Amino acid sequence: MEAPPATVLAFPAQPSWPMRKQHAHLSDEALVAQVARGEEDALAELYDRVGRIAYGLAVRVLRDDRLAEDAVQEGFLAVWRSAASFRAERAKASTWILTLVHRRAVDLVRREERRRTEPLGDELPGSAHESEPTDEAAWLRFERERVQTALKLLPDVQREALELAYYGGFSQSELAQRLGVPLGTIKSRMFSGLARLRELLDESTQEGSWKPEFTS
Amino acid sequence: METGIHELTAGYALDVLDADERWAYETHLAECERCREELTSFWVTTEALAVAASGPAPSLDLRDRILTAARAERPVVVPLESRRGRFVPVLGAAAAIAAVVALAVGLWATQLSGDLDDARLALERERQAAAVLADPGARTVALEAGDGRLVVDDGGRAVLVLDGLEPAPTGKTYELWIFEGENASPAGLFPGQAGRDWVGLDATVDTGDVVAVTIEEAGGVEVSANDPIIASAPV
Repeated sequence: MEAPPATVLAFPAQPSWPMRKQHAHLSDEALVAQVARGEEDALAELYDRVGRIAYGLAVRVLRDDRLAEDAVQEGFLAVWRSAASFRAERAKASTWILTLVHRRAVDLVRREERRRTEPLGDELPGSAHESEPTDEAAWLRFERERVQTALKLLPDVQREALELAYYGGFSQSELAQRLGVPLGTIKSRMFSGLARLRELLDESTQEGSWKPEFTS
Repeated sequence: METGIHELTAGYALDVLDADERWAYETHLAECERCREELTSFWVTTEALAVAASGPAPSLDLRDRILTAARAERPVVVPLESRRGRFVPVLGAAAAIAAVVALAVGLWATQLSGDLDDARLALERERQAAAVLADPGARTVALEAGDGRLVVDDGGRAVLVLDGLEPAPTGKTYELWIFEGENASPAGLFPGQAGRDWVGLDATVDTGDVVAVTIEEAGGVEVSANDPIIASAPV
């Protein structure tokens, strides 16, 4: 058969799906515009590009494969329905899609109240997955390791605030209650944590990153 | 350094605000260039947090399930002429618009008056419509006439999504109507735009209601003598 996927640097993230050549040159934002006109192939291409990250995020929030797939499906259907409302000047298309999937995952986790009964862990992102996935694109593995490295450099209270906020599905008032600190403290930790993480990522980008760009 | 509502930027990017806080922040966002820039850059960072969570791939059939579900929601495209027969009850109802008292013209009329709240009202209208479109629980109602679909959430908030409607002619406007049986209430004005357009209704719809669009003189009317050019199936 073909060469092992680990050596393949190109999208899609799922090598078993044929590359849709007619869309490969388009930016994510151009694809959203096509989705707004009802073009299914454009939705498929967006899924090939962002679906795997969206699924990883949903698994992290929901800790359940089936519920995570529901969140991804409903998030992409929200993309399908609301593509006309996307404003490219405010966010990248991938960010917007991940926001929709994240919102859905948080809705589901609040409904399930899974996290409410679990002890507060101090795990790092990715530690839920015991073994390194071998079938993912190399850029994604590279990026994940880069972000995880940056996260480890954050002060503990900032990392904890970011992880519980983004992966835990808690509201900020719930976070304050749960951690036993004033709401203002939580807001500050999230703000400083994001600002510091942004700096760390900028620094490591300057050291070299090679995520492929779609925009020509 | 960062205090008050500016500091909600982090919570907004991480999606930990409750609905009231989110509304307040989005309203603020429309007026604060600094927060818009900060949010755009924080969103890049939250996307990195998503990447940090990546791991095993989803099952291979998830892609097909998503595409199949999307296909099932494909807008029903029906030529207006071929549906004339079916459209008769709605046309009949249009004649009864004369009996209607306007309830919902207020909001849009305020916007037309050009006061300083224009931007805020327009933002709120757009925000609500976007929320309905993005609501995974919303359902889609086909159009009996015209190209597009009506999206309705559990609370009856409705957004009309239109394909290929040209902008209204100079001096004219599109006007939305909600038909409850024979009675029609105006539900907002919109200018129309080429390609896909979407517009939220100013009032909620109930089961059995029909949403329609007429072309009116600029400024709109409280009662209409014109036939709808677009009409939904009953909600």
